[in-house]
Amino acid sequence: MITMENVSKSYKVAKRNAGFGEAVKSLFHREYETIQALKNVSFTIQDGEMVGYIGPNGAGKSSTIKILSGILTPDGGTVLVDDRVPYKDRIRHVGQIGVVFGQRSQLWWDVPVIDSFELLKDIYSISPQSYKQNLEELTELLDLGELLRSPTRQLSLGQRMRCELAASLLHDPRILFLDEPTIGLDAVSKLAVRDFIRKRNQLHGTTVLLTTHDMQDIEALSDRIILIGKGEILMDGTLDDIKKGNETIDETVAELYRSFDV
Amino acid sequence: MKDQFHNQSNSPIDESLSTITQKESTVTMHDAQTTFSNKSQGSIKKKSALRLWLHYVSINIRSAMQYKLSFFLMVLGQFFVSFSVFLGLYFMFQRFHSVKGYTYNEVLLCFAIFLMEFSLAEMSARGFDSFSSMVRTGSFDQVLVRPRNEVLQVLGSKFELTRIGRMLQALLMFVYAIPRCGVDWSFSKILTLLFMLIGGTALFSGIFMIYAAFCFFTLEGLEFMNVFTDGAREHGKYPIDVYGKKMLFFGTFLVPYALVQYYPLSYIIGKSDNPLLTFLPLLAILFLIPSYLFWRFGVRHYCSSGS
Amino acid sequence: MKSSLALRKYQSFFRLRFLQGLQYRAAAAAGITTQFAWGFLLIIAFSAFYEADPTAFPMSFQDTVSYVWLQQAFLALFNTWMMENEIFDTIANGNIAYELCRPIRIYNMWIARSLANRFSRAVLRCSPILIVAFLIPKPYRLALPPDLGTFLLFLLSLVLGTAVATAFCMIVYGVTFFTISPQGVRVLFASLVDFLAGGIIPIPFMPDRVRMVLELLPFASMQNAPLRIYSGSMPAEEIKVTLGLQFFWLIALVLIGAGLCRLAEHKACIQGG
Repeated sequence: MITMENVSKSYKVAKRNAGFGEAVKSLFHREYETIQALKNVSFTIQDGEMVGYIGPNGAGKSSTIKILSGILTPDGGTVLVDDRVPYKDRIRHVGQIGVVFGQRSQLWWDVPVIDSFELLKDIYSISPQSYKQNLEELTELLDLGELLRSPTRQLSLGQRMRCELAASLLHDPRILFLDEPTIGLDAVSKLAVRDFIRKRNQLHGTTVLLTTHDMQDIEALSDRIILIGKGEILMDGTLDDIKKGNETIDETVAELYRSFDV
Repeated sequence: MKDQFHNQSNSPIDESLSTITQKESTVTMHDAQTTFSNKSQGSIKKKSALRLWLHYVSINIRSAMQYKLSFFLMVLGQFFVSFSVFLGLYFMFQRFHSVKGYTYNEVLLCFAIFLMEFSLAEMSARGFDSFSSMVRTGSFDQVLVRPRNEVLQVLGSKFELTRIGRMLQALLMFVYAIPRCGVDWSFSKILTLLFMLIGGTALFSGIFMIYAAFCFFTLEGLEFMNVFTDGAREHGKYPIDVYGKKMLFFGTFLVPYALVQYYPLSYIIGKSDNPLLTFLPLLAILFLIPSYLFWRFGVRHYCSSGS
Repeated sequence: MKSSLALRKYQSFFRLRFLQGLQYRAAAAAGITTQFAWGFLLIIAFSAFYEADPTAFPMSFQDTVSYVWLQQAFLALFNTWMMENEIFDTIANGNIAYELCRPIRIYNMWIARSLANRFSRAVLRCSPILIVAFLIPKPYRLALPPDLGTFLLFLLSLVLGTAVATAFCMIVYGVTFFTISPQGVRVLFASLVDFLAGGIIPIPFMPDRVRMVLELLPFASMQNAPLRIYSGSMPAEEIKVTLGLQFFWLIALVLIGAGLCRLAEHKACIQGG
């Protein structure tokens, strides 16, 4: 179970303006700006749920994922993931979760994918039996087969994302955080990724929290949607709650963003 | 190119080091993280950390070997970087016959040992040396979502075998200087040399770690750390007392270069016969303590600022 | 008209780069500290050698000190190891194709960018180093140039030296077009050139035969020429030859570099980048 209660987080950012005068000025003096990334964010996610976490760029989605995966320490509030405080007991916590950052790779660029997997096996201290079993299952479900023998740099984006997903699940985590897993993928790959996430959830009861800009992801995967804007939770409900008549999902969400003025 | 490495893809290290069974290490990993009460658990964890590091080394080398020409040129380049410093030294001693009482061969010995210390550290702690890019690209987040110590992972992220070029240069000078510097090698002198290599590698690794810790706060202006790394490497070719009393003080108490260079060297070349100097280089290992504390401080800052 | 427009293109490019360079104040402060420490250590080492045998010194101790300080102050202008990663990246990742789409000559654009980078770095860094070097006690103090004429010749030579160094870097960029290992080529060149230019020890400290050869090579036209003209102890005849060599090498390197870039553009067009 994941609980966030009144979680807030702010950053300091240096300002920088254009122009020669400003460049010279910034030599001597620099101004800072505080940005409130999260304001009293609260929600609970039950075991086995699949939740879509949506909102415009800079709304606080990544900050939330980072806090839940123990990378970021919040300024205030309580965070519990399966009774663990992520940022207090990082190493114990992250052994039990899987994280995919859609825009980054966790695979070694120049060696065959399977080599990266072997390293992850050692990093997570996965026993040979469960490694073999998990790898077989993931290979089949994600249709990795030949891909495992190719260096990462030779894979297409879609192929790579399938490998990334497998890499995050080798240690059989009960919770999976996906940060924009379908970004930049072609239609076939998107379907494959969605299909896999759904199956994984059904077979293993894996809890999934995913951020995305692609509303088809949400439609295909999650019953529940949490909308965040300017650091605040604006809505927490189901797709049916917000859907009106014959609108497409994109229209629905655009309407939603407009109504909250984010 | 890739085919040649396929047969290696099942990690030779796995077989050779599989004395600890996986299952054991799974259990002890987590326990040892929370309590250090049980000694045997602690030692198993250490073994598995070493094993993991070797796995990292192997994957790094396999990656580098994908670009053999590039690797070869880099090794050659690293060789020449230090070779040109050696040439400078050689030409200086064509003109002058000694500096502060040190002969050419003694200086060469000093330079060779110091350079070896540096390249060993550079090879293994290169992950810290190039850490700014890890922070910039956000791949340090990737480190934080893995259930392992961050230092181990950062060390593993880059093992720079190309620095073998520098090492080679150091070895050549060492081999050249040994029969010419008139040192009467005894067991304690060999031990001193060994301790110098250990202490020096630790010292430079600590400096690299401090550099990396700075990256958590700013990515600009870290160039000044070059004084302590590249600067020390280049200027440390002369025993530090050449630079005067103040520098010797600095190199003894602030950044203890002298502990792995001037003092033990003076024992090896017979300028001092204090046998305690043999063990002095090991003191430099203590430098890792403040380095690590600063690194921890940086990690904590990173986690609270999320930069 | 047309040519002034063309020039403006490169001017605005220069300006953009120059401003960008000025933003890095922390980098500049760090660079100053580094170079100051570096220069200081070099000078102490030289003084130790001077103590050992003053008669073996090929130039006066004061000239050596001035040489080291000026070298540290103007490092950004004429060192060849501070090449531009962005250019290497453009070549490596194929983004060069975009650059080829623009109505500009790659060679001119890159040289404008490199010069701007060098000048902006040097502007930020030289004055603090020079001021401190002028103020510290003798014998470690940087001497003033003996007369205005020498100083002007020094400035001319400094500009020429910067141009020669930049033109040389352009050749390295050009070469990387044809290799698959830009970093390797770069490290190899950088370490050799640094030595040949007198970056490790000043050229006068080398044995006579080596010195005679090195002084004729283009590398001596980078830092050796201006730094030695400065002190005023170089005879007028030699100054003429030195400046002449600088001009000669500048033209030669630009011709080679531009030719190489043409070839590279041609190759990029055929292969599609």
